[in-house]
Amino acid sequence: MADLLRLISVTKSFGAVRALRNVSFDLQPGEVHALLGENGAGKSTLIKIITGAHQPDGGILEIHRTRVRHLTPAVARKLGIACIYQQPALFPDLTVAENIALRLEAASVWHRVRWAPRQAQAQALLQRIGAAISPAAEIRSLSMPEQQLVEIACAVGAGARVVIMDEPTASLTQPEQRRLFTLVRTLRARGVGIIYISHRLEEIFALADRVTVLRDGESLHTCALADTNEAALIHLMVGREVSQIYPAAAGPAGRPRLELRELACAAAGVHGINLTVHAGEILGLAGLVGAGRTELARVLFGITPADSGEIRLDGERIRISSPQEATAFGIAYVPEDRRRHGIILEMPIAHNMTLAIHRQIFRGMWLRLGAERRFALDCIQTLGIKAASPSAPGSSLSGGNQQKVSLARWLATRPKLLILDEPTQGVDVGAKSEIHKLIRQLAGEGLAVLMISSDLPEILGMSDRIAVMRGGTLAALLPGHAAANTVMTAALGAKENT
Amino acid sequence: MTGGKIKLRDWSAAVVLGVLLVLLAVFAPAFYQPQPLLSLLAREAPALVVACGAALVIICRQIDISVGSQFAVCSVAAGLLAAQGLPLLLVVPLSIAVGTLLGAINGVLVAGLRLPSIVVTLATMVTWREGLRWLRQGQFVDLPDGTQWLGLSQTAGQWTLIVAALLGLLGLVWATQHLALGRFIYAVGSDAEAARLSGIRPQMITFLVFVLMGALAGLAAVMNLVQSPQVDPKAGTGLELKAIAAAVVGGVEITGGRGRLWGVLAGLLLLACIGPALTHLHLEAYWEKAIQGGIILLAVVADGWRHRK
Repeated sequence: MADLLRLISVTKSFGAVRALRNVSFDLQPGEVHALLGENGAGKSTLIKIITGAHQPDGGILEIHRTRVRHLTPAVARKLGIACIYQQPALFPDLTVAENIALRLEAASVWHRVRWAPRQAQAQALLQRIGAAISPAAEIRSLSMPEQQLVEIACAVGAGARVVIMDEPTASLTQPEQRRLFTLVRTLRARGVGIIYISHRLEEIFALADRVTVLRDGESLHTCALADTNEAALIHLMVGREVSQIYPAAAGPAGRPRLELRELACAAAGVHGINLTVHAGEILGLAGLVGAGRTELARVLFGITPADSGEIRLDGERIRISSPQEATAFGIAYVPEDRRRHGIILEMPIAHNMTLAIHRQIFRGMWLRLGAERRFALDCIQTLGIKAASPSAPGSSLSGGNQQKVSLARWLATRPKLLILDEPTQGVDVGAKSEIHKLIRQLAGEGLAVLMISSDLPEILGMSDRIAVMRGGTLAALLPGHAAANTVMTAALGAKENT
Repeated sequence: MTGGKIKLRDWSAAVVLGVLLVLLAVFAPAFYQPQPLLSLLAREAPALVVACGAALVIICRQIDISVGSQFAVCSVAAGLLAAQGLPLLLVVPLSIAVGTLLGAINGVLVAGLRLPSIVVTLATMVTWREGLRWLRQGQFVDLPDGTQWLGLSQTAGQWTLIVAALLGLLGLVWATQHLALGRFIYAVGSDAEAARLSGIRPQMITFLVFVLMGALAGLAAVMNLVQSPQVDPKAGTGLELKAIAAAVVGGVEITGGRGRLWGVLAGLLLLACIGPALTHLHLEAYWEKAIQGGIILLAVVADGWRHRK
């Protein structure tokens, strides 16, 4: 067969993390090949290798049956590979015609701009894909699906033979999706090979010819969609042994700590949340990226306050409209992107630890540096933080230890509810299990813990109950001993037919 | 390892200043005549107060280029009040009050309306300066006798101003290390979002920093006013650049979150000594500005280089 693209045993590591292991993949002309896998399975890395953004450490990459050794984004474009991202990568202040021209014309500084052909070319391309968009419109004024069409026009204009679509339907309505599918089928009929990434199984079954499942950076299985079903695919995505030991629950959960009724926030895109978290309970919040988990956390912490619905803390109805209020109510939030907002890297560890609890440990206006140092030393010891001294900057710590400092900051506020967002992301195995023990110990002390995680084994191992989110609302509430398949089925919104 | 480098940057201005002073002691001991030296330090005393404020604004990841105009407005207001026969003991707090008000206007615009500080303070800089010109038509304010040198002898007055500026610096150094507000300024300047997630209100801190800047400009205006028999309505022209330069040379990073107020003293003195040093070393005094510019450039390059590491 005339492969458009073939990867043989491709390997890629980032530091100690092996993102891809012996991944093999091929794409035929006139085919829609779906790529499936849970968060962090290696889909993005694979795409980046195909588009030349990353260089593989090992393995063979063939494009049009020719081995390519050093693929750069420019070479990939020349070879006819185009990628349409979930968030279109266009210049918002330039017009449609200018954006298309930027992709198609030579990137030479002294290149003379010929405006009339530019306009005509854009017009022709948009017509060819059946898009009713004016070439003179500014990208800023276009809707998300219109911007996607512009991206597709660029790909068509570049004569792309391989088109990668990364969750193209994530922000589309039903009719917009149908139009996109028609377009994808037209491209396929012209002999274009399409790599289609989506979490929506029904889309994959409706559109794709073949599917490859990735798990933990390995390509497990490639088959024709006619030969498989949803349950089998889900099993492939999650089917792994839980190799790590998780700390056991200390005892039964206490009375309800946090109760949410019909909670909604338009700005955050969450709606209809009904959920109870008990004292002493770890509630795992599972879901795919973009399901609204972090957004829910931000609503509860007052960053994007709720528009409607009820929040009760210890039975008392409260309104949370700022992080200060949330903190005062006894809610603590350890954010997801630790490197950016979890701790302040330039600041000493001790200062980071006391940043949220000035009112508790410093009475009045001034700081008591001695008390602060003692407090920091105490935290360093009890949390087992590996730090040179309390005055060392946050940037001198490893990821796991930074996370512990971030935790220490909030534990000092003696919160009632602790919201953890991806608590062990990018943390090495040893520190990970220490953080797990710590979380379990805190729950044992009567804290209610809401733990967001994309790490399915972590959710299954740590949670007393599991809430699964999809599309900004709760899709399922499962017991802590639920099977991985069940969680993934709920997260994907597939029918369970095992 | 980065710790060592950070410390070095905190002290680099002081080290260069020390080297310059030693060079002068060896090759031009005439530099150390007490009276000219005292005059130099007294002249720089108000600038030190302003530079400390500018440093705090920069640490908070903002910029205030209206300080020169604030200084001029406060100078004229204080001068007029003194000319009315008000005792200096009352003129000082009133001048600070005027500065506080001007700072609060910047603060409301930057923190309240979330406008970029460079544009806001550019607008207020021009507005105050041109407003003053329109009001005074370039006319000087004559000060009553007994105002100059606070009614003391010149030497005693100069010493008073130098000690006052140093006390102000000490107070601010203490405050940045021992007051929650000081800590919060660094936190907001380093990472406003992280600070907000810790329950700090970044907009409030930003507002307070601008208010403090205005108050310090008001204080500095009086410290300058008592050094001459008249108030020039063009006082403080270029002061904002001097203050920002002193902060940057002293190790305050223009990107916010880092720097020590001690460094500002060294930065200011280093820049101030260049002119007299050239004269005493029998070099062309025309080089003063160019050398100052070179020092600022060096400081910025050092910061950029440190970041790339």
